[in-house]
Order: sequence, then structure tokens, then C-alpha cells
Amino acid sequence: MQTKKIINDGAKAVDEMVDGILAAHGDILTYVEDNPRAIVAKNGPRQGKVGIVVGGGSGHEPTFVGFVGKGLADACAVGNVFASPPPDPIMSCTRAVDGGAGVLYLYGNYAGDVMNFDMASEMMALDDIHVRTVLTTDDVASAPRDQREKRRGVAGNFFVFKLTGAAADKMMSIDECERIARKTNDRTFTVGVATSACSLPQTRKWNFEMGDDEMEVGMGIHGEPGIVREKLGTADEIVDNIMDRIFAELEAKSGDKVAVLVNSLGSTPLMELYIINRRVSQRLAEKGIETHKTWVGTYCSSLEMAGASITILHLDDELTEMLDHPCDCAMFQVK
Amino acid sequence: MQLTAKDFTAMFRQIATRIEGERNHLCELDGHIGDADHGIAMEQGFGAIVKALDTSEPATPTDVFNTAAKSFLNAVGASSGPLYATAFLRAGAAFKGKETVAIDEAPSVIEAMARGVAERGKAELGDKTMIDAWKPAAIAVEQAREAGKPLSEVLAAARKAAEEGAEATKTMVASKGRSSRLGERSLGHMDPGAASAAIIVGEICDFLARS
Repeated sequence: MQTKKIINDGAKAVDEMVDGILAAHGDILTYVEDNPRAIVAKNGPRQGKVGIVVGGGSGHEPTFVGFVGKGLADACAVGNVFASPPPDPIMSCTRAVDGGAGVLYLYGNYAGDVMNFDMASEMMALDDIHVRTVLTTDDVASAPRDQREKRRGVAGNFFVFKLTGAAADKMMSIDECERIARKTNDRTFTVGVATSACSLPQTRKWNFEMGDDEMEVGMGIHGEPGIVREKLGTADEIVDNIMDRIFAELEAKSGDKVAVLVNSLGSTPLMELYIINRRVSQRLAEKGIETHKTWVGTYCSSLEMAGASITILHLDDELTEMLDHPCDCAMFQVK
Repeated sequence: MQLTAKDFTAMFRQIATRIEGERNHLCELDGHIGDADHGIAMEQGFGAIVKALDTSEPATPTDVFNTAAKSFLNAVGASSGPLYATAFLRAGAAFKGKETVAIDEAPSVIEAMARGVAERGKAELGDKTMIDAWKPAAIAVEQAREAGKPLSEVLAAARKAAEEGAEATKTMVASKGRSSRLGERSLGHMDPGAASAAIIVGEICDFLARS
């Protein structure tokens, strides 16, 4: 039995999605020359500004392409479903956003992405384009705290891209942009829980089995099996489970400010996300932590997977300024 | 017997056909410990190689491998893209400046590719990756040749070592790549990258044995 999907041809899913995105958001997005897998913001890159290139596999929309636009990422290299883009579109993006102030690559920490972006960066150095890289590592469940550099990047990309994009838009130097990216990543924590599997357009098979009464904590955004499988709890129990894991690392004290992202992995509806957020806000309030801003919705998906993730960013004055800076992207705006 | 660019093109065509047939099996293996797309990536990559070789008709064995590297990389990305692109580039470099390659020398393809995968991925034996098939195959080629074995035995040794290496990944806990996050839960499953590596080594050996 094949999973149900509204597609034409699994092998063409990514290209047809990109066609549709460009048709909808042609005012904001375009692509480089003959490479529709290299998407660039029409009004983002400019002389003297640090270029921000993000990217990764498809299937996580609006991550990554939806965050391309003025004030956020300048370009996005689009990979196949759940697969890193090859160096070619990454290099096309790099050339398109280079304004002479350096280019910063921001993406999730996965072996494939690291190899392809590193190959691109090595080749760009031959063209005298100065590239730096910051990997996102916000997924608490993916490695112990003392091995933070091994953790994968998940929904927390949203905050790292947003704040670094703001720094670049404010014409800060490459050193400053890199510092903001690292600082944001260090203070961003995500834990997800999945309640059903997802299926790739090319295979249309569930990529793992999950019992009707089960959930998996720490599920990756590529449908990699998670870290612990447990009986499905109530929303409050699940949020408490997640928030306890985040509080164990978050250094926010009473009076500190945070930003919250309650994210659907694909098919979990807003109703459930808001029920989740109710408990998240209670848990933060109990500790006297002030919620500066909350986003609830689909920001980093895993195809049609059911489940949700909670991301907390520990703000300070500098990061708050970056968070509130306006941006105008295809699928996300701050006014 | 001398192998030309046309022969190596035929070798890639043979690998591509076999990989296409194993696509679903490789996806299933990947579904246990990864994201179930390995068969698709490999099919896309080798499909792109065959297409590029048909269009460009490279003149030398080195050109064949360089064309393979570029087309595989840009079709796949992912992890296998850079790993196999580097492997093909090293194989191409091993035959640089030669119009043809003597059949007895051809098993160095396996050694060169293993070197490329190791350099790019930096995995060690026992990490539960494709290296667990590539490296034993390369060592088998080296040892059989040093012992002065005939070509058929060199190839048989390489194929056996790759198959045993892939099989052995079932007893390993992943420590590199995406499945490393699973820790102990990766036990009991064959690494899909090692499985496809054993298939590729097997097809190279089969092709050379029949040449």
C-alpha cells in the first residue's frame, strides 16, 4: 500500500514544489541563472552586506526556502527530499549574495550537509569569496550536553537564521554576524515528539512503524527514529516531559526573557499546538520567565509526520533587538 | 587485455542496472536506521552517471571517472554524493595520462575508491558506514596482489571481503552519520551504505572478471 500524497510524480516533487513557490512568491524570490535549486531574495543581497546562505534537504518547508527574503536569509540551496543539496547550487547562491563583505553559511548539523557545504566553501575560496560556516545544533535529544557539537539542527534553525539575518541586514560585519549566529545557537534548545511516521514522495512507504498508542521523544526532522519510545501521554504530560529536558539546559532565571516556537512536524493541527503552548506558557510563568514573543504553527516540518517540537530561545537585549528587526520573506514576516 | 573508456562506461552501466534493481531493498535497510532514501539516492546518482557518459562519451578512463564524479555529486548531494564523487575522482587520478588500463591493474579502482571514501568521510572501520565494506575490499585486493594471486582470485577476495564487511555492520553500533544518534538501537541492522558498497564492489569484480 502506498501512502496518500497529492503529487504528480515522486521523482519530480521537489522541482514542481519550487515551480509553485516561485509562482506564488515571485515578488520576493527568484533563482540564479539556470539553476532553480538556487533560490535568491530579490531585495536581500546588496553591496557591503554579509550574504546569508541557508539550505538543506526539502520536505521541511517552510524551512529553508520560506525564510529567504529581506532581513533574513539572502539565498537557499534546495536539496532533494531529506538530502543535502550538492555543491553546485550552494556555489550559485554564494556568488549571487556576495556583496564583498563575506558570506555566512547557516544550516543544520548533518554529515551530508557538512560535506557538501564544505566542498562548496573550499571551491569558493579559490574564487576569493570568503565563506564562514555556523552549524545549528539545537536538538537536545540528539546527543548529551557535553557533546553539543554533535547535536543536530532542527526547528531552532528558525531563530538562528532570523537573528543572524537581522544582524546582516543591519550591515554588521562578518565577525559580528558569526558571533550572533553562534550565540543564538548556544541559547536555543529544541525537543520534539512524534506520534506517527512520514513517507518520502519517491517511496510512499512509512519510514518506520509506530504503535497506535505510542510516541517517540527526540524524533529527528528526517524521520530518523528518536531516542526514547513511550506511551502517548496527554498534552500537559508531553509538554512537561519536553520542558523538563529543556529546563535542564536553559540558564534563564526569573525575570529573563525567552522566545517560544511551538512547531508542527507536519500534520499536527493548530488546535493541538495551542493546547501545547498553553502548558508551555504556564511552565515558563511558574519560573518567572517572561515570554517576549511566541510563534505557533508549521515552521520546520518533516513531510506529513504527526508530532510537534518546542523550541526556547534565551534572549538578552542584543538578541531581542535582532529578533524584533523586520523581515519580509516568502513564508514569514516580522513587521 | 586493455580496458578503454568504453569498457569503464559499460562497467558504470552494469552497476547502474544492478543498483536500480536493489533500490527498494536499500530503501528498506535505510528505513530501519535512517530515512529510507538510500536506494533512491544511489539510483539517481548512477542514473545520472549513465546519462552523462552517454552524452559526453569521454575519451579516456580518467575522463569517465571524472564525469561520473561530477554527475553523481550534482544529482545526489546528501552524504553519498561527496563520498562517491571523491571516490570516483581518486579512481580517475589512479589512471591519469593513460589511454587504456591493463586488466590486471584495474582492481586498483577498488583501492582508489576506498581511499576517496575514507578521505572525505573520515570514518574508521567499525563505525558502521560504507567504509566497513570498502576498506576490507581494498585490503583484500592489496593482499591478494602482493601474494601474486591471479586476477580471478584477487576479484573473488575483494567481493567476499566487501560482502563480509557489510554483513558485519549488523553487529556494530553506528558512530558516524545520521544513524549514530540511535546508539545501541542501530544494532542488528545492516548499514545501507555498506550494503550498496558491497553491491558496487561486486559489480566491479563481476565486470572485470568477465572482461
